[in-house]
Amino acid sequence: MGNLFKIAIRNLMRYKRRTTLTASLVAIGVIFVLIFVGVTGSFKTMMTGQMTDSMLGHIQVHRRGYIASIDNLPLTMNMKPQAVKKLEKTFQGMPDIESYSLRIKFGGIFSSFTETTNIRLNGVYPEMEMKTLPLFASRITTGEKTIKKGEIVIPELLSRGMKVNVGDTIVVIANNKDGSVNGKQLRVSGIIESITGPGGRDGYVHIEDAMEILRMEEPEISEIAIRLKDFGKLHAVYDSLTAMLAGEQNNQGKPAFEVHTWEDLTPFYNIIRMIDIMTIFIKIMLIAIVLISVMNVMIMAVYERIREIGTIAAIGTMPGRILSMFVIEGFLLGILGAVAGNVMGIGIIYILKAVKITFAFGRQTGLVLSPTVALQDIAMISLIVIVVAVLGSLQPAFKASRMEPIKALRHV
Amino acid sequence: MELMKATNIVKDYMVGEVAIRALDRLNFTIDSASFISFVGPSGSGKTTLLNLIGCLDKPTEGTLTVAGTDVASLDRRQGAAFRGANIGFIFQDFNLLPVLTVYENIEYPLLMVQNVPAKEREERIMKLLDAVGMLEQEGKYPDQISGGQKQRVAVARALVTNPRLVLADEPTANLDHKTAYMVIELMKKMRDEFRTTFIFSTHDQKIVGEAEIIYTLEDGQITEREEKGGNNRG
Repeated sequence: MGNLFKIAIRNLMRYKRRTTLTASLVAIGVIFVLIFVGVTGSFKTMMTGQMTDSMLGHIQVHRRGYIASIDNLPLTMNMKPQAVKKLEKTFQGMPDIESYSLRIKFGGIFSSFTETTNIRLNGVYPEMEMKTLPLFASRITTGEKTIKKGEIVIPELLSRGMKVNVGDTIVVIANNKDGSVNGKQLRVSGIIESITGPGGRDGYVHIEDAMEILRMEEPEISEIAIRLKDFGKLHAVYDSLTAMLAGEQNNQGKPAFEVHTWEDLTPFYNIIRMIDIMTIFIKIMLIAIVLISVMNVMIMAVYERIREIGTIAAIGTMPGRILSMFVIEGFLLGILGAVAGNVMGIGIIYILKAVKITFAFGRQTGLVLSPTVALQDIAMISLIVIVVAVLGSLQPAFKASRMEPIKALRHV
Repeated sequence: MELMKATNIVKDYMVGEVAIRALDRLNFTIDSASFISFVGPSGSGKTTLLNLIGCLDKPTEGTLTVAGTDVASLDRRQGAAFRGANIGFIFQDFNLLPVLTVYENIEYPLLMVQNVPAKEREERIMKLLDAVGMLEQEGKYPDQISGGQKQRVAVARALVTNPRLVLADEPTANLDHKTAYMVIELMKKMRDEFRTTFIFSTHDQKIVGEAEIIYTLEDGQITEREEKGGNNRG
């Protein structure tokens, strides 16, 4: 086998310019794929982080049917305290869950005494919310980075539109579950940055204020956001939680709760899916580049060496060994292109990281692009290149191995 | 001892829809360790006959037995194995592999065809390099040596597997007369040393005389068989 490699290397070196051009073409393909994967990966990670760590959490649990009517924020679809206790007990028994946050979501009227508008609010336990959403506090751009009783954190668009600032007093009025109306005066303690996505323009109050406005004696929870210790276990935890809650049934004999991952809750997940699909297409283009370039160069190699093939076949070289000679050349071209592409691609990714390119996502600006590429991506891309290079050389190699020595020796 | 036997050998080629008869009912036998030449004008069938003997082609009719094997019965793999074990080839254009050195070209059939152990390989190659006078050129590539030297390397490569038969199709056609004569002398010396049968084709009358048995081919038929010291019609 070592001798086959030696002959293959020498044959590649024999046509240095052609080998360099082909390997360069393969390397350029690898560089583009690595940069694309690195940049889009960074964008995906950032987008996912924004969604999960500042709004949604990793998983959410609601009463069955709540998500279908979430635009109305129906108080009648909240979970009873007993049900919530059961759920909390379940979460506490799951070691993969790091924290969870109980929320009462409701809609109301926001009055600055001179103007009124509508507002969507979340009544939360501040400690639970901050623990479950680590980026939440960083979204509060002005004022205190917490939510105290008697205070409200309002979205920045509302602050600007209503000309309400930190320290001002406002009134929140909301319909209760029974249809009656109640209101409470609150002090604006902070202004929260609006972000793109569901819940990105909601205000926040302490859960006890929410209960008071909604005249709840005990907290009736609309939504539970869950944070996992390891984001990689998202689907495993989702599956086990769904299975565990499947036994809890409502009066109609159907499951009482519905469990959703963050992917189900935001339309931006489709953008991530689209990026994944684009990555597949980019990889297909890489395959095409490698296949065509390696196949082309190997067809040329076979054509130029027909008499040599005839000679080695005449002196008794087995067809399988002739095939191996050419396949190894394709394999080495793939390795050369993959190694060169990886080295240069990783170098460019490091440069992009060092340059700190910024971009905007929705209303958020100044997000820093931090491209990284995982070892498994490098391994996968290299594997694709090498396998495709071998496949690209198979047809010419097969043709060489099937050549009649008598015809090959006559070739001029 | 009989090495090969041809019985009523016919070889037809199709040119378009027309069959061209290249060899027409040839009958002959060749003994081991003979030094034989097939001569004749261009198109007389010399190369076709050498291709059949070398298992590179199959006769249309008749039987050709080489070293006890009916060569027509061999498939592609068997043919390759048979050639690797029994036949050495010397080509008109030398056909050395340009990416291998002189040493490696001679080593190639031992390594890639016969899988001979390293020590034995080295012994055989050094012996042949010495025999063909190429010891000092062993590290050179084919494009660094002359035509005569290339053909000497080709002779060594053909002999290194200890074949029973060496076929040389116009081995001196690309050499000047002096070098051609030296190559034929070398082949003869190798025959004497290794007891290998040499069959070569040529149309060079000065070289022909070096053969011990000369077959003359014309229009695909043997018209004359001449042995040194005698002259028989074929």
